[in-house]
Amino acid sequence: MKKLLPLIVCLPLSASALEINGNLGISSLIYQHAPQYSEQHRSQTSAFAELDLYHSWNDERDSLRFKPYVRLDQHDSARTHADIRELLWIHVADDWELRTGIGKVFWGVNEANHLVDIINQDDLVDDMSDDPKLGQPMINLSLVRDWGTVDLFVLPGFRERTYAGEQGRLRPNPAIDTDNASFESHAKEKHVDFALRWSHSFDEYDLGLSYFNGTGRDPRLQQKNGKLIPHYEQIQQLGFDAQATLDEWLWKFEAIYRKDAQESFAAASGGFEYTFVGLFDSSADLGWLMEYSWDDRGTAQQQNIFQNDVMIGWRLAMNDAESSELLLGMVQDLDDTDSRSLQLEASRRFGDNIKLNLEWRWFSDSPSQLLAEDDHVQLSLTYYY
Amino acid sequence: MLKSSLTLFSLVGLLYVPLSHAATPEEQGLAIATEQKARDTGWGNSQVELVMTLRNKAGKESVRNIRLKNLEIDGDGDKSMSIFDRPRDVKGTAFLSFSHPLGNDDQWLYLPALKRVKRISSKNKSGPFMGSEFAYEDLSSFEVEKYSYKALGEEACGKLTCYKLESLPQYKHSGYTKMVSWIDTEAYRVHKTEFYDRKGSLLKTLSFSNYQQYLDKFWRADKSEMINHQTGKSTRLDWNNYQFNTGLTEKDFNKNALKRAR
Repeated sequence: MKKLLPLIVCLPLSASALEINGNLGISSLIYQHAPQYSEQHRSQTSAFAELDLYHSWNDERDSLRFKPYVRLDQHDSARTHADIRELLWIHVADDWELRTGIGKVFWGVNEANHLVDIINQDDLVDDMSDDPKLGQPMINLSLVRDWGTVDLFVLPGFRERTYAGEQGRLRPNPAIDTDNASFESHAKEKHVDFALRWSHSFDEYDLGLSYFNGTGRDPRLQQKNGKLIPHYEQIQQLGFDAQATLDEWLWKFEAIYRKDAQESFAAASGGFEYTFVGLFDSSADLGWLMEYSWDDRGTAQQQNIFQNDVMIGWRLAMNDAESSELLLGMVQDLDDTDSRSLQLEASRRFGDNIKLNLEWRWFSDSPSQLLAEDDHVQLSLTYYY
Repeated sequence: MLKSSLTLFSLVGLLYVPLSHAATPEEQGLAIATEQKARDTGWGNSQVELVMTLRNKAGKESVRNIRLKNLEIDGDGDKSMSIFDRPRDVKGTAFLSFSHPLGNDDQWLYLPALKRVKRISSKNKSGPFMGSEFAYEDLSSFEVEKYSYKALGEEACGKLTCYKLESLPQYKHSGYTKMVSWIDTEAYRVHKTEFYDRKGSLLKTLSFSNYQQYLDKFWRADKSEMINHQTGKSTRLDWNNYQFNTGLTEKDFNKNALKRAR
């Protein structure tokens, strides 16, 4: 980081103005049940801020974006964290692009189970609703050809997954000890990973094929001296994702095959999204979503919540000036029929700059359901500038 | 070559357009639409800044700022990229569309917070664009094949004379049964369009004003306003800083370009 600062200062700021945007907000979690463990609390408030600096030169063929992020939590010191979401120099040539620095990449098509997406680590301790990711150091060469886009990634440096600390909720017992993570590779978090992806659109069909070789993003949690320690293994993963967009039907499918030193397995997830446009002659749209997930490791793998599950969801978009939206989702385990979760998310804009989000999550009582006591409501207010 | 064939097109149009008695209203209508398209062919590519002001029944306004890049495609619908600047929570959101005269359009939406490009259904043609009174289909490129036509005679429009033209959408999923447009006989500029809903009732009126000519040929309205007669809401569009020949090519209209749009 220190090495990069002089670079930023030296950039030709005269070419075009620096664009400054960002957001800041406050969010409160209120839990329905009393805490299970003495360190925990009944409610939890946090403040967050993200800055987005953008500068381009060379007729926009070169650009630099810097996006630092911070969250301060009232109780959980593990949730109080800062991250460089992005610090990326992008150079665009006629048929290739080079992205160098820290960035974020999304692969895949599914709503519930993002199997193929592997470049960035989950920022699991952050806001559950936006699928937050930690910034990943990368050099990404993107070749744009008539037969598709090929992305080559060199990923120097690995980010460990974040987890709620002892004072936090939505965690197993004991809390996961992120200070003592172990690695299969001797290079530990300095292991250099590689990835490759081809993607293309054929009329109504969008396809992607990907390969990843390096430190797996999902750790195996190991019990050691009464602690839960994440262990990161070296993996190889092949991924495939496809979407067919046929009128009001979106058909989605993702599959992976992953191999590490101990096992190999396959997993797949697919389904549809069907949209009723102009519900009851109004301007609102109602989407029906259904996705089924399967994983051949079954329930043996502790973190594998999508081994034989179905997600059903409804998304109501009012298409009004305030962008009011409502999303209701349910995940049902088909092996352990007592295990399910429900989620309701509502959002709307106030004025030009303020967005209000209300979320409710409910987890069923079931031996396999870790979060049964952590049903909660979350209210977030974000100011964008 | 392009220019001479355009001139030829215009001549053919002129031959038709004094609405010869032999032609049926349908043939006359098609001739007007063909000439309208011919006069707006050959602009290549353009960029423009759009201020969209939404107004509800009570008069409360909210503003969207969008930048648009357009690329004319020979023998197909245009390609366009819309980049949202305001409201701030959607800043950086970008929308890529390959329109096709009769088939479904190809559309992708880029969500900057998730860094995710989503292919979206183009069945939403009749749905509102950004909560405005404009439907997606109102903003897509004009192609002759999209409609069947009927000339409804001529009427005065301001100081000019306008053809009154009925257009019936021939593509799937339109929210309209018909549209009636007033197109001036001098330069084939649309001055007003009425939209009729699926029940055949008058739904919206779109009016254009402050036409400017670019590249000595192409007319673009600086202002347009859509009034919804059924809800009392309206949306005003102010088009600023039109630029042509900006060097845009097909490479500026792919998913990679969408991801770094700003």
